[in-house]
Amino acid sequence: MSRKIVKGAEAMAIAGKLAKPDVVPAFPITPSTTFPEKMSEYVACGELPNTEFVPVESEHSAMSAAIAASATGARTCTATSSQGLALMHEMLFIAAGMRLPIVLFDANRALSAPLNIWGDQQDSISERDAGWIHFYGENAQEGLDLMLMAFRVAEDKRVLLPTMVGIDGFVLTHTSEPVDVPEQKAVDDFLPQYKAEHCYLDPERPTTVGAFAPPEYYMETRYQLDEAVHSSGPVIDEVFADFEKRFGRKYSKIEYYGDRDAEVVFVAIGSLCGTLKDWIDEHRAKGQKVGLVRIIVYRPFPFKELKAALANAKIVAVVDRSISLGYGGPVFSELAAAFVNDAKRPLFKSFIIGLGGRDIKLNDFENIYNAASADLKAGKVNEKMHWVNINKEML
Amino acid sequence: MVTKITKGCVIYNSPTSLGNKTGGWRTMKPVVDEEKCKKCNICWQFCPDSSIEPADRKANKAIKINYDYCKGCGICAAECPFKAITMVMEEK
Repeated sequence: MSRKIVKGAEAMAIAGKLAKPDVVPAFPITPSTTFPEKMSEYVACGELPNTEFVPVESEHSAMSAAIAASATGARTCTATSSQGLALMHEMLFIAAGMRLPIVLFDANRALSAPLNIWGDQQDSISERDAGWIHFYGENAQEGLDLMLMAFRVAEDKRVLLPTMVGIDGFVLTHTSEPVDVPEQKAVDDFLPQYKAEHCYLDPERPTTVGAFAPPEYYMETRYQLDEAVHSSGPVIDEVFADFEKRFGRKYSKIEYYGDRDAEVVFVAIGSLCGTLKDWIDEHRAKGQKVGLVRIIVYRPFPFKELKAALANAKIVAVVDRSISLGYGGPVFSELAAAFVNDAKRPLFKSFIIGLGGRDIKLNDFENIYNAASADLKAGKVNEKMHWVNINKEML
Repeated sequence: MVTKITKGCVIYNSPTSLGNKTGGWRTMKPVVDEEKCKKCNICWQFCPDSSIEPADRKANKAIKINYDYCKGCGICAAECPFKAITMVMEEK
């Protein structure tokens, strides 16, 4: 293992390199561009002698090329962000429907309009229905590790699903951090060569891929895909455990931080949890109890783990860094729905934070905590959704 | 027999598409005048559905339409330099 100071997006490229993909089709878009830049550099410098880098003309083509490459049995990865992921939209569904284990690094960024290149999670959260596995890292190290694990999970014969790994744009992609880089040999052992069995190109064995399914078949294909995403859960646990054994860093679908018996518990995704943990430390130092559940695996949705982690919570402050316009926080709505049939369930309060790179500060969490605590004291949630740190004078 | 859905809907007993007789989609039907056919096979090159059996000059055999799969698009009739193919209304 070596320790390097790199920006988050480069850490993702290092993971991409360690995975030795056969094909990397990519189109640059801020703040993910470092990934294709570095991958093309590795290929050009002979560091990835068996990798083909395909500079395509759009993200739609990047995902199309990734699908085609993966359907021949090649290990394939790419990267994108924001509008790029949105442009891939239809192809994301195709990749999942064809059960192609493509790995994608998404530099989480806001969507236009207005044009904004900064961090939020709208892009990948909007693709939650596509049939991909979703991982979200809190820092560059997690991004690198999750990216490596994404290949292993995606290519597992029991899974065979495309997997995306998100880290927040700029706050992580463009911040330099110390990162432990695993040795190539150790990664090779953890991640053996992908040998496709269900789908590969071979003139000796002609197959039809991307076929047509009329109404008498289609629902079963969706049922099967939904089952596949749900049942990838145990494989993810297994891969996380094996990674910990080999590399010493522990991962789980969700992380619990703080007091287990806290009445007020935050739920959030991504880099903001780093700031939130600092606030929790300060808060606990004052003798007050508070907890955080950080979602690392968002698809399959970790129902069991979340229910167990929130068993003692009285009010859950769900902090979304994206929004389903006309409804509210996506994680809030899904989490609340997961508890809807339970006799004993906490109150849920929705907060929207940090859209389009708006700074997330310690004081924001103080305000969230106070709002949630006030609702808990009143015994009911008096406001459906709370926009954190919004300047109403501008409206 | 129930068709099992495979992972990713990959079809292993290809080519199953041969069982899908798309000729049923046709409203206009190409009819070949064997006297006029010069066996140039231009129609065969243009047919988007591989539904033309090529002509054979040595055997003096004109082109033949495979009505099981011909969708009646009329490209063959439009491309034929000798007007040897006419599109007529399909009547069943």
